[in-house]
Amino acid sequence: MTLEQLGRLSNYSVVSATVILALAFVAYAAQWGLARNVAAVRQPVAVPGGAEAPALDDLEPDRSDVAGGIGYSLTSLATLVLAVGVVTRGLSAERVPWGNMYEFSCVGILVALVAYLVLVRVWDIDWIGALVTVFAMIVLGSSMLFVYVPPGPLVPALDSYWLVIHVIGAITAGAAFLVGAAASILYLLKARAEARTPEDERVGFLWRMPSSAVIDQVAYRVHAFAFPIWTFAALIAGPIWAQAAWGRYWGWDAKEVWAFITWVFYAAYLHARATAGWRGKAAAILALVAFATFLFNYIGVNLFVGGLHSYAT
Amino acid sequence: MTDDRPDLASELSPREFLRWIWRQLTSMRTALSLLLLLAIVAIPGSLLPQRGVNPRLVEAYLIDHPTVGPVLDTLGLFSVYTSPWFSGVYLLLMVSLVGCILPRTAVYLRALRARPPKVPRNLLRFPASSELVTSSSPDEVVAAARTALGRARVDVVERELPDGGSAVELSAEKGYLREAGNLLFHVSIVVVLVGVAMTALLGYRGAAIVVEGDRFSNVLTQYDEFGSGALFDRDDLPPFTVTLDDFAATYQVDGPQRGAPRSFEATGTYAEGVDGSEHPFSIRVNHPLEVGGASVFLVGQGYAPVIRVTDPDGQVVYDEAVPFLPADASYTSNGVVKVPEARPEQLGFQGFFLPTFVQGDDGATRSVFPAPLAPILGLFVWHGDLGLDDGRPQSVYVLDKTKMTQYMTGDKGYRVSLQKGQSQKLPDGNTITFVDLKQFARFQIAATPGIEVPLVGIVAGLIGLIGSLSIRPRRTWVRARREGSRTVVEVAVLDRVPRVDLPADLERFTGRMTEQLVPVDEGDAS
Ligand code: HEM
Repeated sequence: MTLEQLGRLSNYSVVSATVILALAFVAYAAQWGLARNVAAVRQPVAVPGGAEAPALDDLEPDRSDVAGGIGYSLTSLATLVLAVGVVTRGLSAERVPWGNMYEFSCVGILVALVAYLVLVRVWDIDWIGALVTVFAMIVLGSSMLFVYVPPGPLVPALDSYWLVIHVIGAITAGAAFLVGAAASILYLLKARAEARTPEDERVGFLWRMPSSAVIDQVAYRVHAFAFPIWTFAALIAGPIWAQAAWGRYWGWDAKEVWAFITWVFYAAYLHARATAGWRGKAAAILALVAFATFLFNYIGVNLFVGGLHSYAT
Repeated sequence: MTDDRPDLASELSPREFLRWIWRQLTSMRTALSLLLLLAIVAIPGSLLPQRGVNPRLVEAYLIDHPTVGPVLDTLGLFSVYTSPWFSGVYLLLMVSLVGCILPRTAVYLRALRARPPKVPRNLLRFPASSELVTSSSPDEVVAAARTALGRARVDVVERELPDGGSAVELSAEKGYLREAGNLLFHVSIVVVLVGVAMTALLGYRGAAIVVEGDRFSNVLTQYDEFGSGALFDRDDLPPFTVTLDDFAATYQVDGPQRGAPRSFEATGTYAEGVDGSEHPFSIRVNHPLEVGGASVFLVGQGYAPVIRVTDPDGQVVYDEAVPFLPADASYTSNGVVKVPEARPEQLGFQGFFLPTFVQGDDGATRSVFPAPLAPILGLFVWHGDLGLDDGRPQSVYVLDKTKMTQYMTGDKGYRVSLQKGQSQKLPDGNTITFVDLKQFARFQIAATPGIEVPLVGIVAGLIGLIGSLSIRPRRTWVRARREGSRTVVEVAVLDRVPRVDLPADLERFTGRMTEQLVPVDEGDAS
């Protein structure tokens, strides 16, 4: 295949992945919707004190489960197709496929989807699927619409092996932050529902999800995994590279400032979880604020603020 | 938390009051608030231009916003990261951090020597606890528990029970390294902050534009921009010279990314010391030259048309390569030429340089490619007094027009438009020639002594962080007592940090234990 053909194949793959993700989202939404009238049946055994309602002998939970299964399969397919898109993109540009914003988005979403698929196997977190797929779909779609560039070589400033290290770290952490944010949102929903809904009104998908304590634990673990990686990418690899490229390891460039802000907010989240009065809801909100600063750095700073790093677009 | 009683403060003696302040400052909640505050006060610096990052943008902002600008300036919003309030927050955070680390280290050192806590009386009251029976003896149970535990600090005691029997009790604690990791992480933050301050105080950084064929000497006057830390003596710049022979740039010539830069390389020779011998160098983006304890980085490039001005008598009064600063990706560049020797009056030129020009339908020229395929120089001309003699330092990139008059053609400015090799006679009889085209490199020269300190600090911090986030401190208790032919075993586990999956962990632990134990005979089991 010629480089152009590879490039075109990459584009088709990313478009297809986006469409499949949309379908996966529909399936996951159906998983929620179909469980509308179903009481909790799937509380995992590990929940202390989690009152387990008896399973309803009803067709609905099955239909909901089927929809969830379809959602999972479609997400796997989308991940595979997106992987093809990313690999062919790299082949057509003859370099690592993360050299501009469009490519960061594709790789970031790919990593997030893989993380999600793995975590579904490990911790049974398919309840997060709707959020992850809709977000992935939006990011991929808007990347193609707004920041697409045809494959090509790197600008000289990016031509460094630190690109590989620094960016893959940032992308991995970002993908985990995304999963963590989704878990935090569901934690807030679930914790609120647990506080407000009387025992006998607990029907619907929310009650088929694990208890808020379990969701909180998932969120914490994902964040605890992501935070050291972010520390490495933003505060070690980034400065080393900046020192080699610009002669200063830290210059308070807009991108650096926001990377720092993100780091501080996630550190605050970890602290909040160990601080009386901040556990639970406040900590989850902090995690979401932290994710917002991450997104702002990615979208806002790249597109609107500028600075030394603006070649990323 | 007991430290949330502000109303107490007024009744305390000064000494107690200080202690109260200290306790407040070193509480986790204060640390959390300070962290949040630090993130928030860092924000304005990313949205407003900063002196330390780009002073020119700050000046432009002040000119564009004559009312808000000065107010923001007094608040220190153009130098956020050196402002008193930013420093205040992070100093408080440092104090809080140190105040948190010291007592925790003491506690930790004591805990390191302590034995695991005794087995509580009623194990089955713990949320993660279970009971099992086996035919193995209590000692075998304890041995099995040790194997199942893996590395841990273990105490085993035999204890008389109130009912007259006896039990073997095992208490174990593991995960001591978590706190060590946590302490290492927090100490590292202090090390990083100190290291950053140190590199800032001891280092220097400047930028200089060097045209092909020119030599840069590492003395203050040769810098366009220079900044150094308070502890750096500006007369102490290590002597070295860098001579730029050639600057090579390549650009994508076809496809959708046409014009995108592909490579930049500056080559020439450098000499260390006052009379050192010359060595060749090649500086590329990401590949600086190390010389005299400093690093020379390639951070920019542009064009320097060689311009010659001859006076009406044919005398050459000006012949120099003038750097034009690029303003966009296709190197539309702006520059100024000052000719103080021109007769009868001094001359000033201001205008643009385009490396590859095309003429649009509207008659305007613009640059379409960054390489010099069809270079053109377009200048407006002023005559009068350049203002160079009144002692005020002037930027070479700005023309002070206060005492100058522009040459006009009708109601439009008189224009000089030259392609390479062309000349044009000015209204006053002087002649300007675009003789040749050179390129310039913009070098950043920086020395960052002590940079290893923050680097080692942050790497150590990362290791500590991973330890602190992944190691689980856990207490495990086992009590085994003989009841007839069977041994009744009670097991409980407890984590310092409550977790929802503790019961599952307990199950795995007892599973590993029972694998090694003899099951109770079928008929015997109840
Ligand atoms: C730049 C500032 C700081 C950062 C980035 C930071 C970061 C962290 C992180 C990531 C943790 C989580 C580790 C864990 O869960 O065990 C942690 C824990 C902790 N931090 Fe900090 N910290 C900072 C400042 C402080 C300060 C000033 C204090 C002192 C009051 C403090 C006290 C603590 C304590 C007591 C814990 C243990 C929480 C636990 O046992 O889980 N930290 N810190």
